[in-house]
Amino acid sequence: MASFVLRRLLQLFITLVGISIISWIIIMQAPGSPIALTIDPKVSPKIVEQMMKNYDLDKPIYQQYYLWLKKLFTGKLYSFKDGRPVMDKIGERIWNTLLLNLVATIIIFSLAIPLGVFSAKRQYSFLDNLGTLGAYLGISAPSFWLAYLLILGTVLLFGYPVLGMRSFVTEDFTTFEIVMDRIWHLMLPSIILAIGGLAGLSRYTRSSMLEVVRQDYIRTAKAKGLPEEAVYYKHALRNALLPIITIFGFLIPELIGGSIIMESVFAWPGIGRLSYQAVLSRDYPVVMTVLTISAVLTLIGNFIADILYGIADPRIRYQ
Amino acid sequence: MAVGGLALIMTMFLIAAFASFLSPYAPGKTEVSLKLKPPSLQHYLGTDQLGRDVFSRMLWGSRISLSVGFVAVTISILIGILIGALAGYYGGWVDTFLMRFVDTMLCFPSFFLILTVVALLGPSIFNIMVVIGITSWMGTSRFVRAEFLSLRERDFTQAARALGVKDFRIIFRHILPNALAPVFVTATLSVASAILIEAGLSFLGFGVQPPAPSWGNILTEGRTYIFDAWWLTVFPGLAILITVLSFNLLGEGLRDALDPRLRGRR
Amino acid sequence: MKLTLERKSLLKVKIILLIPPILFLVLLTISIIFAGFKPPLKVNELIMSSIGDASYLNPILAQDSASSEINSLVFNGLIKYNQDLDGFVGELAESWKVEKGSEPVITFYLRKGVLWHDGREFTAEDVKFTYDKIMDEKTNTVRRSSYELVKKAEVLDPYTFRVTYKQPFSPGLETWSIGIIPKHLLESMDINTATFNRNPIGTGPFRFVEWVSDEKIVVEANPQYFQGKPNLNGIVYRIIPEAALNEMEILTHGVDYSGIFPYEYRRMSEVPFLKSYSQPSLGYTYIGYNLKNPLFQDRRIRRALTHAINREEIVQYVLYGLGTMATGPFPNHLWYANPDVKPYSYNPQKARDLLAEAGWKDKNRDGILVKDGKPFKFTLITNSGNDTRRDVGVLVQRQLHELGIDVKFELYEWSVFLKNFINERHFDACILGWGLSVDPDAYEIWHSSQIEKGFNFVSYQNPEVDRLLEKGRAEYDIEKRKQIYWRIHELVAEDQPYTFLYVPLGISALQKKFVLVEEVPSGQKISRPIKMEKAGLMYDLIKWYVPRETVLEK
Repeated sequence: MASFVLRRLLQLFITLVGISIISWIIIMQAPGSPIALTIDPKVSPKIVEQMMKNYDLDKPIYQQYYLWLKKLFTGKLYSFKDGRPVMDKIGERIWNTLLLNLVATIIIFSLAIPLGVFSAKRQYSFLDNLGTLGAYLGISAPSFWLAYLLILGTVLLFGYPVLGMRSFVTEDFTTFEIVMDRIWHLMLPSIILAIGGLAGLSRYTRSSMLEVVRQDYIRTAKAKGLPEEAVYYKHALRNALLPIITIFGFLIPELIGGSIIMESVFAWPGIGRLSYQAVLSRDYPVVMTVLTISAVLTLIGNFIADILYGIADPRIRYQ
Repeated sequence: MAVGGLALIMTMFLIAAFASFLSPYAPGKTEVSLKLKPPSLQHYLGTDQLGRDVFSRMLWGSRISLSVGFVAVTISILIGILIGALAGYYGGWVDTFLMRFVDTMLCFPSFFLILTVVALLGPSIFNIMVVIGITSWMGTSRFVRAEFLSLRERDFTQAARALGVKDFRIIFRHILPNALAPVFVTATLSVASAILIEAGLSFLGFGVQPPAPSWGNILTEGRTYIFDAWWLTVFPGLAILITVLSFNLLGEGLRDALDPRLRGRR
Repeated sequence: MKLTLERKSLLKVKIILLIPPILFLVLLTISIIFAGFKPPLKVNELIMSSIGDASYLNPILAQDSASSEINSLVFNGLIKYNQDLDGFVGELAESWKVEKGSEPVITFYLRKGVLWHDGREFTAEDVKFTYDKIMDEKTNTVRRSSYELVKKAEVLDPYTFRVTYKQPFSPGLETWSIGIIPKHLLESMDINTATFNRNPIGTGPFRFVEWVSDEKIVVEANPQYFQGKPNLNGIVYRIIPEAALNEMEILTHGVDYSGIFPYEYRRMSEVPFLKSYSQPSLGYTYIGYNLKNPLFQDRRIRRALTHAINREEIVQYVLYGLGTMATGPFPNHLWYANPDVKPYSYNPQKARDLLAEAGWKDKNRDGILVKDGKPFKFTLITNSGNDTRRDVGVLVQRQLHELGIDVKFELYEWSVFLKNFINERHFDACILGWGLSVDPDAYEIWHSSQIEKGFNFVSYQNPEVDRLLEKGRAEYDIEKRKQIYWRIHELVAEDQPYTFLYVPLGISALQKKFVLVEEVPSGQKISRPIKMEKAGLMYDLIKWYVPRETVLEK
């Protein structure tokens, strides 16, 4: 087991380095620079050149990469946009994004699995077809469109605040109300974020269940005289859940990517929105760092998925 | 179900192909006095902020959405087949190396990467197609590789090798045709996701740029007027939904058809 | 017995499967019920909103409008413009003296007893420090160019600051409205990354309280402000990135004051508790023609293009009537704009005639003008992300097409637009806008020396205009300057290097409950409605107040 974990960690590390290098090369190809963002007639081109030097932008690409790495690990990496340490900016926001993604993941798993299981049991029934249709609609709808429709509906019908992580003036709220307010603000974005994954996972669960149910050992169990329900829920379910664990690994990058759009629509102060603004303002330190961090999160997600799978299925460990 | 999807897709194609005949107005024709009018008999889906007919723009927009989907997916399939075939056929360290590469690519937060590249290199329709293409080939390659791994050991392959047929020919003329089944499935599903990605990029301002009419564009331009002109938001979204849905239905239908294990008691 | 056990564990599994969805629905319902609760409104506080977050709360580093707005609340300059924008009043400087000559000297006599928000006293050392930091090459500031003609800056005594210029430079006076930063807090730090930029200390009417990234910035009244404590208790600056949602917040009293878009103006004007204001802005939008392109070198062609563009229609439909046609390089409502220069009329026939005179005719009747076998076509570009410019471009494209000119319209992301097209002078025509300072000096935009690397990216060259520009920046007398700039206005309008499109109105909406309260000489306090000044609505911000009686209960 230990060697399995170690092997995986090593691969993780190499992959991470590869990703950061490729990312850096891509980013550096970008036209436009962070300085040339003002077209203020009072700013002379000499100043622009001076600032390029101050930001180390006149050095060759590989040297800038090295500088980025060095600054990152010595804590001296500053954003071009506001001079703050990049890690501060990310630190402020990353928990928000993680919270959003965590809640979305919980929603996905806790709703999709029961849906899939019940759907498979009653294959081709009315409920199953309804669920299938719903799932397809969920996968096919553009998330921001749904988000806008939902916001439009909520605001027009109820007049509720929807933006951000919490309502604006909350000093007078009781603790209970503060908590409820936070939960409310969390609900809409995470629901929309979860829809795609929810639909996909419920389909996957369903087909996984269907596949398992046709296996020989299930037929044996039925032949042994066990009641159908017991067979279904206890034996089939346990085996069908195994491959779902690998989905966990794929879910993370999808969510982080989907975060960018959701955070922009809901003004959620997370790293998705931060990265989007950073890309627009050519804030290279922030863009690189966020890319790398999301890659790290993705790799960690995959890693956990692999470990879980390794625990659950002993065959994998010895590959 | 798959048939339903296919039918919708055919309709989409026809619409896109004959957009110029079907549009009652030129998509770029502005008539500012008619700005932001709700759906009516003269303008089936209303007008936008410059008085352009939304229905016509949507018809023309179908061309962009479909072409982005198809070209991007073609690129991704070509890359995927190439890599999957090489990995599956040769095995050994070629396989390990290529699969590590696939894993690396899978770990990229792909939407963020697409956004960064398109934002930094410029949101032309070409860039968008290429970038989506080169970030979505991984699934195809895995399937192709799996097929190759199994087909490699089959009799007809052994026979061909024994006869001295060159590797290249074996891969492309003998094994590949048999390995293509899962590719159709992923291809169809990839078109669906490519269209969604383009819409997402447009939303963030990096899709196909105005004044060209794409569904994502109309949605984004209409965002500002969301309380005044709901038709600018509802219709393009609906169009995207239906198109993507049809591709998904087709893809899933194909998958069900090709995978006998999942058929129930029909 | 075995079967019952099976059934029990079976039930357990079913329950485990069903609990999460049920829990989720319950939570959702509860939060919906409680979300509707709205707290009582804060009395006597102003809530403003902005699309973007601030970057540096430091006046010498900040470039974006959000930062500048907050900085104007927290910091003071030596002087500031008066409400009609045609003269200065003292802020940190009580008075000042300008000695003209070949090396003009401005001596500022500073107020005594002004305190920084941390209690320390403000002196001329702080002014010198601010100047030194701006000129320091390691400081990432764009403002340095404004001070390049300063020969030396000296502290004569703690309350006197003297600046000597290398040559006469009248725009220089304006530069001393920049916020002054405290020496004692910043002298030992790297100003670019100092935490001060997130936690500013100034001398201004409001003190910084907190900044929650991407959410809000809060300031409170400074009881020791040298002009007296502001009437308001505090100001909250909310960051709301979506225009539609911003509007919602205004309508539900979540925001008191905000800039609004033209299409929202009419709606806002009809809301009983809001008052909407409009004011010509300090800038204009234009189409710039690259004069290096042979297509645009003949003046008649440029004039024809201006005649062919229906600017009235643009103002009417894109700006909802909230703008005026620009006549030349200066916004019409300022003292240095020549009122006798009239806008070019919309006259397609005249345009056609002018073009025909220059040799452009529709020879083969396909609708496109041709000369020497070449069709009249060019590419019009602008930056993406600006809805108004985008709409303008589409309209212009169509209007010119009716004349027989084939225009391609393309949008590019801002940094790409600047770097690849504008800075390289690699374009045909572009739609852009200038945001100008109040001082009329437009040297950087129109002088021929600025063609190579400056902001004269259309490559405009007129020796008479050059001469006048140089004279204008060396002249201190306002009447004389007026004559100079009026002449420049005339000349540039004749040359039409740009088609001057429009001067947009800056529009905003404010809750009616805010009034101005001031003390009259008799000691009494009277209140009057807030008026839009040329200098902006917030000119008298420290006098704003919300009388208790006018606060509406929700």
